[in-house]
Amino acid sequence: MFISGTSKIRKQAIYHQGTLAFEDTSVSLDDFLTAAYDHLSPEYPKFYKMDRLAKLGFLATEMLLRELPIKQYAPESVSLVLSNAHASLDTDVRYHEAAKTSSSPALFVYTLPNIVSGEICIRHKIKGENTFFVSSSFDAGLHEAYVNQVMQQPSVQACIAGWIDVMDSHHDVFLYLIEKEKRGLALPHTAEELTKLYR
Amino acid sequence: MEQLMADLKKQIIEALNLKHLKPENIGDDQPLFGDGLGLDSIDALELIVLLQQNYKVKIENPQDGPTIFHSVKSIAEYIRANQTA
Repeated sequence: MFISGTSKIRKQAIYHQGTLAFEDTSVSLDDFLTAAYDHLSPEYPKFYKMDRLAKLGFLATEMLLRELPIKQYAPESVSLVLSNAHASLDTDVRYHEAAKTSSSPALFVYTLPNIVSGEICIRHKIKGENTFFVSSSFDAGLHEAYVNQVMQQPSVQACIAGWIDVMDSHHDVFLYLIEKEKRGLALPHTAEELTKLYR
Repeated sequence: MEQLMADLKKQIIEALNLKHLKPENIGDDQPLFGDGLGLDSIDALELIVLLQQNYKVKIENPQDGPTIFHSVKSIAEYIRANQTA
């Protein structure tokens, strides 16, 4: 199994395979996310309703799969393994504040960290196993072990994995696509390689 | 009625985060759910909150929801019929 591609979002800049693809540091994080959506032009209006965590995951996945489509795989053969440090705390805090004066069902539905997984699955028609870990920092060893275990299942052909974290304006996203067939970067899926790619 | 529908369109765009739309993109009779504007069940809950907060109007019978929220015009008619002066 091999790492086919990567995407990262840090300091309001999006990277594809390590190369800068879009950047706008002159605006707020929310405006950056909207500008990045406009830049990628995916025509998916539901994006506007998502919270920051889901928007970051959506944009990073759009960038990751732009040149590495997964349409050749059956929906049930693609898995998703994500992790972060702040779970859904960024939205939890906003919901807590909003609930003091009014209720917002649209905000409430994002008060779980794995909602971002659902948004990615809906967008890319993924129906395979999905998991969301919460840890203090990106754990390359955990990802190597767990994703390899997932990929060893005969029914699984590909897996989108990585780190999607946001709290206030701080954000850190690193996603990668791992496949059984060699494609794209074709790097070995090891903790050492993941640590290098995450940097 | 025209002013109420114009206000509703702005409020719906704001409340439901329909930033890709402008008020003039929403027809008075255009279905809001399904093949129309494509709203979903969470949006329906937001519309209920919007009516309560902005117009002090409650949906007494949930089964009336699909009829009331069919379009901007049907919402405006419901507000007119149920809003206390």
